[in-house]
Amino acid sequence: MTELLRAENLTRHFKIGGSLSRRTLHAVDGVTFSIGEREIVALAGESGSGKSTVARLLARVYRPTRGQILYEGKPITQIRSRKAALAYSARVPMVFQDPFSSLNPVFRVSHGVLRVLKLHRPELSGHARQAEAERVFDVVGLGADMLQRFPHELSGGQRQRVGFAQALATKPKLILADEPVSMLDVSIRIGLLNLMTKLRDEEGVSILYITHDIASARYVADRLIVMYAGQIAESGPIEDVLGDPKHPYTQLLLSAVPDPKAPPPSLAALAAASGERGEPPKVIDPTPGCRFQPRCPVAIDACKTVTPELTAAVVEDEAFGATGAGVMAVREVACHVAQTGAEVKAFT
Amino acid sequence: MLEVSGLTVEYATGKAPVLAVDDVSFSVEDGEFLGIVGESGCGKSTLLFAMAQLLSPPAQITAGSVTFSGKNLVGMTDKQLSALRWQKLSVVMQSAMNALNPVKSVAAQFADALRAHGMTSRKAIAGRSAEVLRLVGVDPVHLKSFPHQLSGGMRQRAMIAMALLFTPELVIMDEPTSALDVVAQRSLMVQIKELQRELGFAIVFVTHDMSLVSHFSDRLMVMYAGQVAELGGTRQIFDNPLHPYSKGLLEAFPGIRGPKVPLKGIPGAPPDLSIVQNGCRFLPRCPQRLDECATTAPELVPRDGSTVRCLLYAGACTNAQPSTGAKK
Repeated sequence: MTELLRAENLTRHFKIGGSLSRRTLHAVDGVTFSIGEREIVALAGESGSGKSTVARLLARVYRPTRGQILYEGKPITQIRSRKAALAYSARVPMVFQDPFSSLNPVFRVSHGVLRVLKLHRPELSGHARQAEAERVFDVVGLGADMLQRFPHELSGGQRQRVGFAQALATKPKLILADEPVSMLDVSIRIGLLNLMTKLRDEEGVSILYITHDIASARYVADRLIVMYAGQIAESGPIEDVLGDPKHPYTQLLLSAVPDPKAPPPSLAALAAASGERGEPPKVIDPTPGCRFQPRCPVAIDACKTVTPELTAAVVEDEAFGATGAGVMAVREVACHVAQTGAEVKAFT
Repeated sequence: MLEVSGLTVEYATGKAPVLAVDDVSFSVEDGEFLGIVGESGCGKSTLLFAMAQLLSPPAQITAGSVTFSGKNLVGMTDKQLSALRWQKLSVVMQSAMNALNPVKSVAAQFADALRAHGMTSRKAIAGRSAEVLRLVGVDPVHLKSFPHQLSGGMRQRAMIAMALLFTPELVIMDEPTSALDVVAQRSLMVQIKELQRELGFAIVFVTHDMSLVSHFSDRLMVMYAGQVAELGGTRQIFDNPLHPYSKGLLEAFPGIRGPKVPLKGIPGAPPDLSIVQNGCRFLPRCPQRLDECATTAPELVPRDGSTVRCLLYAGACTNAQPSTGAKK
């Protein structure tokens, strides 16, 4: 798989407080990952873990404090001209979380799509624009007649499809989808998730799927990156990570997903499993050490003082690395205990 | 203890009135946990507001009764209601984040409710406030905090603590966990369940996330388009859903374990409730439709210990074959 985008040591800090009590919020801290072509990467984590900040850094809404983002090998921080900026945002568009506030209520939905086409593909004639708008609406499963509707005439699921149609109109390589289904009803979420896999398979786009819902991530994604307190806790092919989570936080996250098909565990078992109260991590002026350490039942002394680096986890299957899948298939974990090769069983 | 019967709520809009809750009946036993699930617009929040007599125009209860400890709440005066509120029955609102007053400390808001119901001694107020906060696992030092100083999970817990100030018999909860991530969500659910076991109050828990209540509720009520689609034991519904809508909802959850299977969800959207329909409201989205569904409105019928609103289970049609494949 060819690498499309790479973030290296990506860091974004925010200054908070007045001049007397200046403090620094470490929203994203030294994050390194890559996204391949035709790949859906799920970025999961709790609220405040920095996953939306990563999306905004990739979309050039924020400038990184440190680190860089390489798109097709070229750093995007070097983008200077408006032309280059437009070209990048056409290749890497964003789909927002709230389909109710991200469409202009006073215009027909065709307005947004046609404007995007006019801006990013000026070579198209009026007729060609209309035809292209109809094509992208068709791809996302909306009829051409939907173009003439106003946002209030559409359901939440249909509006979110309009969001994907707009993103698709720019001939994107990578769609940044920030919690695209979390505002939708359960019964229509699946339709949108299926659309995302269709876009990957048929249109050849990659998607960064930002979510806190691990089950939906498993349903669509090829690879999973778990973030905790602005850092990557664990990453790797999604089935491998979910089948054998190595970081205690990933284990906690997985154990908290309700499984309606399983027989109900006893209340005592549930209480034991969520024994910790889920205190939010310290991301304002953090001290060195693992940020998950205060919640971690298997923490060792090193966890209090040394920040764990994200390193390749021990992969039992040696053929795995030799298949040429290369960097994409590597499993990485940032945990002192897991890095010793010991089996971590923090939460089950 | 709580008996809702034939409850109907209409929103008076310009055109036809919208029937948001249509003839809903159910009961809640002492100490029971009843889950109410359905998608947005199915009337679950309106139902909950109607139960607590919190509706304001244009919404109006047009029929039915809500009997709580032998008294009908519908038509009670505000004075009669305020004697019950907080003390016998309390409500935890959706997005507790916004339900707390941002310019008052937690202690001041607790004291407000306590004073309104006759507790005047400062010492008693401080004591009780600290006590309920400790109950929900929040350190009482946070009484001095303002809502913005608390994390989302702590705010939700403070709201629940507030609902428990007088140890009511019934707590109505409207999606109290929807703003939290999975880890905080589960820890709060476990806490609610433990409190219930300790204090013995009954819970009516409204949510759109069926899997959330799967391990916590005793009985489950599935609502669709203002009506009860299915009502039965939680395990019963999860193991053997009867209504095609319940089945669809259950199949709409991708699993975290086991083989990956392509899912379809439920295509289409819920109906416009201002248009009166003759047949079944779920008909346009139903994969198991019968010919009669277009003309006959299904009634709730008992089946295997549950009640279900679907012609598949109506006595007259037991021999009819579902016309599968009629429309995908």
